[in-house]
Amino acid sequence: MKEAEQPFQFVTAPFLSRICNQVAYNLLDFRDCLDHASDASIFHHTFQSLGRNHFLTEGFSNDFAQWVLASLNRARLAERLGGIDIRDYVSIAELRADLLRMVDEFCERRPNDAQLSAFEPFHFCEAVEVTAPLDLAARNLLEFRNCTMRLSHASFYHHWIASRLRLQLKTNDFSNWLKDGLGLAELARRADRIDIYTNTLDSARLEMMGFIDEELSHDRN
Amino acid sequence: MTATETPILDFPSIPLDNYAAVVGQSEIDELRALARPLRAATVRMVNSTAVGGGVAELLNRLVPMMRELDIDANWDVMTGNSAFFEVTKAFHNALHGAAYAGTGSDFGTFEATNRSNVGTGHEDAEFTVIHDPQPLGLIDARRPGPNRWVWRCHIDLSRPNPAVWAYLERLVLRYDGAIFSSPAFARQLAIPQYLFYPSIDPLSEKNRDLPAEIVTGVLTRYGIDAGRPIVTQISRFDRLKDPVGVVRAYRLVKRFCDCQLVLAGGSASDDPEGSEVLEETREAAGSDPDIHILELPPSVPLEINALQRASSVVVQKSLREGFGLTVAEALWKKKPVVASAVGGIPTQVIHKHTGLLAHSVEGTAYQVRYLLMHPHIAARLGEQGHEHVREELLITGNLKRYLTLFLHLRG
Repeated sequence: MKEAEQPFQFVTAPFLSRICNQVAYNLLDFRDCLDHASDASIFHHTFQSLGRNHFLTEGFSNDFAQWVLASLNRARLAERLGGIDIRDYVSIAELRADLLRMVDEFCERRPNDAQLSAFEPFHFCEAVEVTAPLDLAARNLLEFRNCTMRLSHASFYHHWIASRLRLQLKTNDFSNWLKDGLGLAELARRADRIDIYTNTLDSARLEMMGFIDEELSHDRN
Repeated sequence: MTATETPILDFPSIPLDNYAAVVGQSEIDELRALARPLRAATVRMVNSTAVGGGVAELLNRLVPMMRELDIDANWDVMTGNSAFFEVTKAFHNALHGAAYAGTGSDFGTFEATNRSNVGTGHEDAEFTVIHDPQPLGLIDARRPGPNRWVWRCHIDLSRPNPAVWAYLERLVLRYDGAIFSSPAFARQLAIPQYLFYPSIDPLSEKNRDLPAEIVTGVLTRYGIDAGRPIVTQISRFDRLKDPVGVVRAYRLVKRFCDCQLVLAGGSASDDPEGSEVLEETREAAGSDPDIHILELPPSVPLEINALQRASSVVVQKSLREGFGLTVAEALWKKKPVVASAVGGIPTQVIHKHTGLLAHSVEGTAYQVRYLLMHPHIAARLGEQGHEHVREELLITGNLKRYLTLFLHLRG
């Protein structure tokens, strides 16, 4: 079994939610807050809300879409915001620009609706992430499999979803190491293509384990 | 006046590993990994009561958990005379928006009592967490050196009385951060504000799994028919919980579904307004044998647990609410919840995902009826609500937030 030169060091990365001093009471406020919110805030309400709500596999995408649906009752805009796939973005700037474009289009088309008060205001928050090393490191695929099965949701989420922004690549920590560390490009690609919107973190992990087991059985044969 | 006291932890300590069956071993391993760099760190929790109330209940659990992680956690309870607690009760009401008729001497009483509690607690702690406004003034005793002070505010500060808030704010601003239960309860402050949801303990009497015979035994005791749908609201008899509105919603549901209504809340004997509301609720219920109004004694967690578990739908039709942890309790039991979009409820009920939100009697009735008619949707909401609580609202998650905060404050 191939051994990587650099082991994969697993970490955990829980985060605190910090309450920002930005509140939106209608869509116009929301647009303004979106424009001025910190990158950490946009990250919190898109990437991290997917991690927090991973067990919702039908129709939940991000906090913004959920607020537009539940508090403004604007289903079409909510659908558009919810259709954003965070895997398409390698920077928060690009993600913010797309969110703003969608809200601007709605406000231009329906200026009166943009001023209607929401049932509940939207409070912008941002995340403060703290990483801590786990006693888990893998040098080969079997060790990687066994360690990954033992990860908490926070740790699995950190390596598989949040890492995309850190790497500024359309990939994740796991796929990056599988490809560069073990030379398993096809396995890396399959792991990266697991749908994070129709899976929970647990079912995504199981799907990934299935791919790894196939690879391990090829290795044995 | 006496000095701070260290209460005797009155709950049997539950080993952290017992929670692995609920949250998974990986979450417990993660807590241990986060605590490792904090080994032997000193933590001081300070509040104003050792028994009764949610904060004391929380600290009774949290402090032993921290100690099990080799953190030197201690709990100091400040002491004061009745005049002090009258002042802080008035502060508490004023912070919730009530009129404040106090005098300048109130602030003097507050300061003197805080001063008298200085020098007797675990004041060398690296991390001090002050709970609620009563001990806020202890910040005056902050010593120089590498220590961090955080204010944990458990109350809703969205509409405070300006005079009381102006007085307390100058103390709050001397802390390294403040913690609120919901962004909606926070103020715009010049110090960092963190979001810590309140939490429930899944292994407590109120939330642990119950054998079916205990649940049916409780139903039998109160004359509730286990064979027909049960719609329940667990809340004290308070106008802000709108029990009469719940009765009106039930009547709209009853036209289409043969269900029962259970309104269960704490005894109203020592609360004149509670007695009035209870009477109004009884009047609204009339002679309907399917409406069960239960005045429960203050401490019957097992019965509340059983009533929640026996319910087909749980309602929380509050007009105003704090965080509303009874919603989390119901969600933990996989119950579909219909609740008002007020206070901390939208945090718990993600509309159409972990429950249904409503804004009126008619809306509440419609959503309850819908869930009774579509049990598979009710079951899905209940399952997802349970997962939501597991992710965000359990005491192990609260512990993780504190560990993360301490690591963050250490930098």
